[in-house]
Amino acid sequence: MARFSGQQIWRNSRRSFLRFGAAAAGGAVLVRTGGAAADESSPPADPDWTQAAGPGVVDRPYGKPSEFEKDVIRRDVPWLTATQQSSVSFTPLQSLDGIITPNGLFFERYHAGRADVDPRQHRLMIHGLVERPLILTMDDIMRFPSVSRIHFIECPANGGMEWREAQLNSLQFTHGMLSCAEWTGVKLSTLLDEVGLKKEAKWVMVEGADAARMNRSLPLEKCLDDCLVVYGQNGEALRPEQGYPLRLLVPGWEGNVSVKWLRRIKIGDEPWFSREETSKYTELMADGKARGFTWVNEAKSVITFPCPEKPVAAPGLYEIRGLAWTGRGKVKAVDVSFDGGVNWHSAKLQEPILSKALTRFTIPWRWDGQPALLESRVVDETGFVQPTIAQLRQVRGSNPIYHNNSIQTWQVKPDGKVYDVQLG
Amino acid sequence: MSSSANRRLRAVLPLVCAATFFAVDADAADPGYFGYGKPATPAEIAGWNIDVHGQDGIGLPAGKGTVDHGADVFAQACAACHGTFGEGEGRYPKLMGGEHTLAGDRPEPSVGSYWPYAPTLFDYINRAMPFSAPHTLSAADVYAVVAYILNFNNIVPSNFVADQNSLPKVKMPNRDNFSWQDPRPDTAAKECMKDCIDPQAVKIISSAEGKDLTPRTTGPLDTMTGK
Repeated sequence: MARFSGQQIWRNSRRSFLRFGAAAAGGAVLVRTGGAAADESSPPADPDWTQAAGPGVVDRPYGKPSEFEKDVIRRDVPWLTATQQSSVSFTPLQSLDGIITPNGLFFERYHAGRADVDPRQHRLMIHGLVERPLILTMDDIMRFPSVSRIHFIECPANGGMEWREAQLNSLQFTHGMLSCAEWTGVKLSTLLDEVGLKKEAKWVMVEGADAARMNRSLPLEKCLDDCLVVYGQNGEALRPEQGYPLRLLVPGWEGNVSVKWLRRIKIGDEPWFSREETSKYTELMADGKARGFTWVNEAKSVITFPCPEKPVAAPGLYEIRGLAWTGRGKVKAVDVSFDGGVNWHSAKLQEPILSKALTRFTIPWRWDGQPALLESRVVDETGFVQPTIAQLRQVRGSNPIYHNNSIQTWQVKPDGKVYDVQLG
Repeated sequence: MSSSANRRLRAVLPLVCAATFFAVDADAADPGYFGYGKPATPAEIAGWNIDVHGQDGIGLPAGKGTVDHGADVFAQACAACHGTFGEGEGRYPKLMGGEHTLAGDRPEPSVGSYWPYAPTLFDYINRAMPFSAPHTLSAADVYAVVAYILNFNNIVPSNFVADQNSLPKVKMPNRDNFSWQDPRPDTAAKECMKDCIDPQAVKIISSAEGKDLTPRTTGPLDTMTGK
């Protein structure tokens, strides 16, 4: 007798059930052949999946989402960049709950494509103004005392396409260069202690092992404060998209400085002024002057439901949900407006509220079917209040590209559809 | 022993043990405390030590390159994306032009109009270019390409020779228009809760509706182009 895999047995029994069902249920099966009706398995009927055992353990040795979640993926804006190797993809925030981004959905940003690094050959070199220039293997790095911390990473270009006007009718594309994970690794300060800093040390250059050998300068003070050199992401090894096997994590600062595929740390006494901190990741002001070394991501928030991808169905009671975060520490409060900023209501913050991590907020909303303008506004623990886009433009013009942390307005129309708009 | 003394002892004991047996305070450890890894030798460091300081050119290697030679290298290795004279092909970056546009409505930042430091050009090209074959140019070829790019931006004359002495002396036109101190927070929004603005003043001035710029967010990945 032929041996069947669990999958085959499952399929066979499902087929025989369907045949049985066809005979028993008659006309109802016609609906099935034309595509499953949404309620065919609703009470009083019993759904298919209660009728036979499913696939066994290790049918999927590394699990994956349900096939019904196949739309929940990272997506790019093809017209934005010349190549996909030097580009960005966006996290589907409209479909996520809580504060942790699943590893497969963490947004990507590459300067020369994803580097697929062999961890056995990967090395971290630390040198420059140090007592003991050092080369570490991954095994060496993992021996150091470890820490796990939850932090967001946001590309400073998140919302960059909205500086001039509302352009993208999608939460995924207006805010999806944002993700949050639990990172595990070693404190950068531990590694810097181990090599011994010379007293002239003031700046740190970090460099990746990708084809762009992407590099940035960081002030030593931040490196000694809370930077991590991480190999773990949400309990497993970093994904290649996130710098496997090793990346820097600079909590609260623009994502670009959290260099992926980290291979070199050089200590110096002045900044490097690399391409990524002069030509890019600098903000052009209206007067033609530019700002550089603007690292921190200021407080920002966005309503994740409703949003253009998740409209409201009909008048009634809803829970508005959203995310708030700040590179300066913890979220203190989030207020929500239903009328375009005339009146505001305190939202409930969901635990945990962690420093430099995404924080969830919710607030009930009874929609009466009338047009509405939904906004959220975060206040962080420094007292900083998230500005409107008009307030930002007043100070910085429309050309900075980076660090747009303005209040997002969602227009709800009487049919329940939601649009990205900006108010004057 | 009283129960309170007992409690105190229990509270103190782990601290004593920690101090005695696990005195690993990573924050204050001396250099080499862990002793993991191996010393980086000068030869190993030399192989990876590619970084050049943009401002003063520290780290620029030996070698030199002329504008003429740079034109040849550029035609072979760079022009397919950046255009013969840096004008850019398709969405690839323009390397020239845009002077006097930075304060305008449609700024065109380029090497010539925006970059503050010339040695950064050497560092970046040597570090990451050509995009399809990175790290294939010799130091002399990189110097030559830098000379050519500076020349077609009218920043250096056609007889300019780029090397570790000449590049730091090039004054880029936009050098003094950068500030390197973050002035933020530069907004001062207030946490007003009630009647914060006149309802009549709430006006939609821009909407993404109907702009046809948004890729689809269900179904297969979008391939929309040409926006």
